[in-house]
Amino acid sequence: MRLSENAISRIIQVTFVLALLLAWIFAVKSGAVHLLLLPDPERVWASMQRLASSGKLWSEAQVTMMEVGYAYLLAVVPGLAIGFLVSRSPRAVRFCEPIFSGIFTVPLTLFLPLFIFFFGIGPTAKIAFGGVYAFFPVVITAIAAFVGVDRLHIAAGKSMGATSWQMFRRVYLPSALPGILTGLRIGAIVCIASVLGAETVSALKGLGRSIAYASELMDSVQMFAWLLYVVIMAVAVNLMLTAAEVRAHRRY
Amino acid sequence: MDALRSSYAAGRTALLIGIIVIWEVYARAFGDPAVFPAASRVIVAMGRDIFGDPMVRDALTLALYEIVVAYLLSIIVGFALGIAIGITDLGRKGVMPIVILLYAVPQVIVLPLFVMIFGLGPASKIAFGFSHGVFPILLNTVAGMRNVPQLLIRSAQSQGASHLQTIRHVIFPNMVPTVFAGMRLAMTVTLLGVLLAELFASINGIGYFAQAFGQKFDPSPLFALIVILAVMAVALNELVRLIERRFSHWKQ
Repeated sequence: MRLSENAISRIIQVTFVLALLLAWIFAVKSGAVHLLLLPDPERVWASMQRLASSGKLWSEAQVTMMEVGYAYLLAVVPGLAIGFLVSRSPRAVRFCEPIFSGIFTVPLTLFLPLFIFFFGIGPTAKIAFGGVYAFFPVVITAIAAFVGVDRLHIAAGKSMGATSWQMFRRVYLPSALPGILTGLRIGAIVCIASVLGAETVSALKGLGRSIAYASELMDSVQMFAWLLYVVIMAVAVNLMLTAAEVRAHRRY
Repeated sequence: MDALRSSYAAGRTALLIGIIVIWEVYARAFGDPAVFPAASRVIVAMGRDIFGDPMVRDALTLALYEIVVAYLLSIIVGFALGIAIGITDLGRKGVMPIVILLYAVPQVIVLPLFVMIFGLGPASKIAFGFSHGVFPILLNTVAGMRNVPQLLIRSAQSQGASHLQTIRHVIFPNMVPTVFAGMRLAMTVTLLGVLLAELFASINGIGYFAQAFGQKFDPSPLFALIVILAVMAVALNELVRLIERRFSHWKQ
């Protein structure tokens, strides 16, 4: 039986995670590492169950999900709209594209203190920060995707008398979609990371805050419990986004 | 074509100057000086509170040091690991899935753990910056080795080149563009990592001052600090680009 390359890498990944888990258990049982830095896995597991059953997990996750959701909307709607509008004119592309990609190479994290200064330590600052940060990958890929639409298709659509809505719906959108989806995926990852980062630096509630808070208390059991939950969620989101992108690429 | 490009660059500079002028006029006419300081006051604060204060100056130097060390470590380790992984089939198929899995986890969430392990000093910032910078270099090194045309390798070998000679004269020169693309990305994310770690926990670094300035009645030092950090980020990015251009010349 021959396995596909994809299946092999899945098997390797699962084996790696299991090996990591075994190494963790072994390191703790042998007493080789300090329990503050690497807590007992059984206690972490118990803490994870406690977080889930007490509803704490859900109430913190809810805050982060709400922030990520709004921030993503704030990034995607203007990002796609501006990307499409800019792509209409080659001049606008040549003028704007370097601005957007230039700003994106500067780590916008350095503006985080300003977001905190203007919006406080509540969810608004995270939504604004995540939205602004994720806007750039979305708009940059949207411009590239709309510019890359085959001219022959545009000419064909026009010569067959398509209205501008039909042109958008039947020509521009389908042919730009794969590129746009890549931007949406990168945007989602940037959005999640920046919201979590902003929560870690300063917040009252949320998953990032929970990890930071446990570390401030030197409660590494709880910190690892939160860490594992966020890692699981992040990997799940990542897998879903990649799968969606692959499927869309196949369809168009 | 060059004249056209420079006219776009001039337009962008004009846009930047326009924004500063609007900022100045708006802040003077309507802005609350406790919330939105005028550009001129930010420039004054730059001399008085940032460069005029030896402690802030030291903090900026420290940040620069952290960034440079983290970046150099990322390049050395990322490149070495990339070569080690990319050179064998086993490495590519066996180790890459693990690297990709690790890359899928948003690194922000382990920031508190890094601070627990490496303390509040520069070590945690360097380690966190490194954890960001190493991935793009590693991934692009592996990708660069893969992209070398097989025809070139085979023709070198058929002319009697040794394994080492093939690497030195065929594989390395062909990797340059991809590796440099990774180095550019690595600079951005290393900056991101170091700044985020500074903002999260800092005793006498820029993170401390960003927080202290944010709580003052006069926010102009905060704005000044952020402007300086932004200039620093742009300058470092440009430096990498300059080196890249140098090396691409050498390639031809």
